[in-house]
Amino acid sequence: MTEKKLSRNVAVVGVGMSKFGAFPDKTSRDLLVEAYQELKTSVDKGFDPREIEAFYMGNFSSDQFEWQAHLAPIAASWLGLSPIPTLRLEDACASSSVALRQASLAIASGLYDIVLVGGVEKMTDLPIAKVTDALASAADTQFEIPAGFTFPGFYAAMATAYMHEYQADPEAFKHVAIKNHQNGALNEKAQFNQTIASVMEGKKAKAAAKGLPVPTWQDELEFLSDPKGNPMIAWPMTLFDCSPVSDGGVLLLLVSEEIAKKFTDNPIYIVGSGQASDGALSERDSLCSVPAAEKAGKQAYAMAGLTPDDINFAEVHDCFTIAEIMASEDLGFFPRGEGWKAAMAGETARTGRHPINTSGGLKAKGHPVGASGAGQVVEVWKQLRGIAGERQLPGELKFGLTHNVGGTGQTCVVHIFEKRN
Amino acid sequence: MSDYTLQSKSFYQALADSKLIGSRCQDCGYVAVPQRQICPRCHSDRKLVIEFSGRGKLAAFTVIYTPPSEMLAAGYNNKNPYCVGIVELVEGPRVNAQILGLDLSDPASIRIGTELVMTTVERGPEDARKKFLAFQPA
Repeated sequence: MTEKKLSRNVAVVGVGMSKFGAFPDKTSRDLLVEAYQELKTSVDKGFDPREIEAFYMGNFSSDQFEWQAHLAPIAASWLGLSPIPTLRLEDACASSSVALRQASLAIASGLYDIVLVGGVEKMTDLPIAKVTDALASAADTQFEIPAGFTFPGFYAAMATAYMHEYQADPEAFKHVAIKNHQNGALNEKAQFNQTIASVMEGKKAKAAAKGLPVPTWQDELEFLSDPKGNPMIAWPMTLFDCSPVSDGGVLLLLVSEEIAKKFTDNPIYIVGSGQASDGALSERDSLCSVPAAEKAGKQAYAMAGLTPDDINFAEVHDCFTIAEIMASEDLGFFPRGEGWKAAMAGETARTGRHPINTSGGLKAKGHPVGASGAGQVVEVWKQLRGIAGERQLPGELKFGLTHNVGGTGQTCVVHIFEKRN
Repeated sequence: MSDYTLQSKSFYQALADSKLIGSRCQDCGYVAVPQRQICPRCHSDRKLVIEFSGRGKLAAFTVIYTPPSEMLAAGYNNKNPYCVGIVELVEGPRVNAQILGLDLSDPASIRIGTELVMTTVERGPEDARKKFLAFQPA
């Protein structure tokens, strides 16, 4: 592969995100305003909003979720940024990473120096069957959905192929969920800001308060194995294998390397970027990996001049627990067929060799699809700057990676970020 | 076969006749389902519509307990789940289909590699019933 570089470098100098969750009183634009207010406080030396030259916004489907197309100029107006150029980019759940990449390319081209980039999704206004239908439109609605597939179903099918190919123990999926909830419990922005143990104890307490028989679950694994606590969604994916339906907005302030120090003494530089596409799941050579993720990762590593072992931590697209395991192999952290063992052995925990999803991931933090990729960058920013609080990784961190997937892997975007001393 | 074209809607016209069609590239031999006008492997546009034997084996599957609207309307729910899978045809390519005739009470007993034959399943509102692709154990 020819090594491609940006013609000039790009840095993140500020981030802001709304809380992720279900917010019946808020619309997309309110979530973006919430993110923007936080972004303003995150830029160490401040900035003048009038210097922002363009707004790149990821959003999957405000058309279906809120009956609002053409959201970018409306959001920009609500942020007080008209008349700058605005774009809405849609690549399903990878929309905001695509926006980040396109905004980076626009800065690298020399056209802009300061760009606001991010994403938003407001999903919880619709009833759940309609949310499932809206998400299904990210798949092939002529040849996949009519067979009866849903998104949990696609990933469940990949899980069966993975289990068959590698004789994987499905208990590995539970370990991913438990670990991501442990991390999410330490993230005040997370939709599920609690461990699975505390969810379990809550259910016991609720049963006791109602005078019902109290479930006898001894530990999280037992709770997750009981369909009364953890119903089946699409075998072998259970409720706790699935990321939630979420509302959330995220914004990042992106500038050219030359001016980054005007905003902060500690910019986070984008040193690698890769993106690839693919056809429907059934067309791929492998049903137990995401080929576009492997390709995007290789592009990003090549641009950064790094290998998987150079990466200190990663935020990966764990829309379902099997997806995190496949990602840990697609990105080269573990050999093929070893990701499930690594998950069970704690190698992806905060104390492990390759920490993954210290934020709680999409699983616990929430998955407002058009904002999720930008949300991953917020965690990278916090970890690299040493401001991740109780979930802060130990030791000197230099490189963080984000991996954001659209659909079942029709789109994948990987970015690598660097802190320079 | 002349009734069917390389246009994607023709796939369902063939299915209405209980036939599973795709395409073969006249330059590189690549077989696709559904049929393609441009070859994803060699980029040739010299393509023939072909009919598959309808035999294959299960490559991946799931049993769905939380159906989308159309499957809810077809009577499926968490008490009455359905199986959907990816079937590898004997001719090579893989296709998405509902899988009928399996014991869904214990999904762990369903085996990847199970030999299947094509059938169809009718779904949709009374005035607009439509045939969809399905497979069942051979």
